[in-house]
Amino acid sequence: MAEYQNIFTRVQVRGPLHSGVPISGAGWARLGKPQFVHLLGIFGDAQIGPIYLGATGMASLIFGFFAFEIIGFNMLASVNWNPVQFVRQLPWLALEPPAPAYGLHIPPMAEGGWWLLTGFFLTTSILLWWLRTYKRAIALGLGTHTAWAFAAAIWLYLVLGFIRPLLMGHWSEAVPFGIFPHLDWTAAFSIRYGNLFYNPFHMLSIVFLYGATLLFAMHAATVLSTSRFGSEREVEQILDRGTAFERGGLFWRWTMGFNATAESIHRWAWWFAVLCPLCGGIGILLTGTVVDNWYLWGVKHGIAAPYPAVWGPIIDPATIAGAPK
Amino acid sequence: MSDWGIRFALGSVAVVAGTLLTIAVVKGFERPPIEGEQHGFRGTAMVEIYNPRTLAAEHAASVLPAVLPPLPATGPAAGKVYKNVQVLGGLSVGQFTRLMASITTWVAPKQGCAYCHDTKNMASDALYTKVVARRMLQMVQYINSDWKQHVAATGVTCYTCHRGQPVPSVLWYNDPGAAYPGGMAESYFGKNHPTGVVNDSSLPYDFGTPYLEKASNIRVQATTALPEGTTTQNIKDTEATYGLMLHISQSLGVNCTYCHNTRDFSDWSQSTPQRVTAWYGIRMVRSLNNDYLDKLHDVFPPIRLGPTGDAPKLNCATCHQGVYKPLFGASQLAGFPELQGPVKPAE
Repeated sequence: MAEYQNIFTRVQVRGPLHSGVPISGAGWARLGKPQFVHLLGIFGDAQIGPIYLGATGMASLIFGFFAFEIIGFNMLASVNWNPVQFVRQLPWLALEPPAPAYGLHIPPMAEGGWWLLTGFFLTTSILLWWLRTYKRAIALGLGTHTAWAFAAAIWLYLVLGFIRPLLMGHWSEAVPFGIFPHLDWTAAFSIRYGNLFYNPFHMLSIVFLYGATLLFAMHAATVLSTSRFGSEREVEQILDRGTAFERGGLFWRWTMGFNATAESIHRWAWWFAVLCPLCGGIGILLTGTVVDNWYLWGVKHGIAAPYPAVWGPIIDPATIAGAPK
Repeated sequence: MSDWGIRFALGSVAVVAGTLLTIAVVKGFERPPIEGEQHGFRGTAMVEIYNPRTLAAEHAASVLPAVLPPLPATGPAAGKVYKNVQVLGGLSVGQFTRLMASITTWVAPKQGCAYCHDTKNMASDALYTKVVARRMLQMVQYINSDWKQHVAATGVTCYTCHRGQPVPSVLWYNDPGAAYPGGMAESYFGKNHPTGVVNDSSLPYDFGTPYLEKASNIRVQATTALPEGTTTQNIKDTEATYGLMLHISQSLGVNCTYCHNTRDFSDWSQSTPQRVTAWYGIRMVRSLNNDYLDKLHDVFPPIRLGPTGDAPKLNCATCHQGVYKPLFGASQLAGFPELQGPVKPAE
């Protein structure tokens, strides 16, 4: 008999095609006739559709499309409308925020106006998608955990691109839209503000980032390793508890003296994931606004260890009288 | 679908992924072994890493040409015997001829004397190359006498940059901008295009104009923990400085940690002595570009000028060529006192 326990499931998960539970009081219906797709069945449930876009979903896609197009066409313009160069240089291309001289004023379109407009469209799109996530959860009678986790990510996005630039008084403090450019921006941001590694909220953010991946790996490994006892078949677990959960819990009690429960592990994971961008956003918000140099802040608060001056005293040549300018 | 079908689908995915990964590894990485050399206090990650194969190639490219035996300062002065000797007139004819022959080896070994001289009238300044060469001689004397904080006793000769070529392999010009459509479309920012000069990053690539020609402020970090107005530099300024620093790193074949303790880039007390040398180097290059190369603008024919009509300029790579000390510190300057500073004119 075929087994159902691989990453790529060799058994296609195919129940009878169904459109899901009825929606109560929604203006829109789910779209499309559900069908089976073999390729999806390799990775998960083989059924695709129906999909529900609704007013917020449609509006979100339209705003997102505008943002995507503005970024794309400005990138295309930056290679003088050359499609070959557009593909070759794509990872380098960007839509840049306005120059510092513009402060919080609205710059001409070519000087960052497109960036500002894109920010508006993209933010609207994301917020509408958040609303959709929230409303879909309510419609299905779920809790709104997904929406609030998404909100944590949106908080970080808004701090980087909107709230912090507002507090700093310059749109130029914000992130460019581009693949390499936003990464180089990140490095420059850390350098300008004296090394983000000494920012305690950055530290916390990293703890929760790596912590979340660790918890995810531990949880997934526990579920997979107990699946031979039927742990992933939750209905059976309720009717007949069996030994899978007990063995999973026992494994962690043996190895680290403590175990989360089948329920609490998901709260652990949810909070770790949510706290990552939440702390990160606080860390970014404080940078430049209330702390100008995180390394020196670290020295002030005793978290930067002194090292011996192995090269002897090195003096800033600019402070020496008669040095060249 | 059968088992075979699944295997085929997964196999295809694996082949595509494997091919992409191989390309990424081969193109983006250097194979081991790589040598590491500690360059600061333990635990600071201040380590210089070298690829011994690259190093071997650089050593092979750093072989100096043979030096002609020195000649005594006796006999009539070149300035008395030859016409139009403006810089080296105080040398003896023997010394003068030896230096001319050496310059030919260093700069124009294939082209010979005729690269700079009208061979029918050696004193003529008709060829622009002769006028440039005279100014470059003064520049070498200036570097060796006035910029010891950067070149120390090693100094430079024509060969340091020229390496047997009439035009040094690394020069730069003011950025003319790229072909942009203008109008409403995003305007040119001088960044976000792949170029080798900033190590294929998206950073601003015309670091030369603000920092190696003009004297824009390189320093970007605040010197106080809290905002007390110790700097007005912003993130865009930082990106420009970052571009310059990448250029220095690439030109010297070293990491950031060759000069900086990267936990606090700006702090001099945690930096290495090399940072001081580099600080003078930046000022030296700036001075050479302004006082020597830009001043030759009217002498150069159009073919030697940049896209905006500016004179060719030098940067760190012009001399260093990927090595932390040009030619790994090998020096022929001791054999050429006339290049160590201005020569006293003939009496």
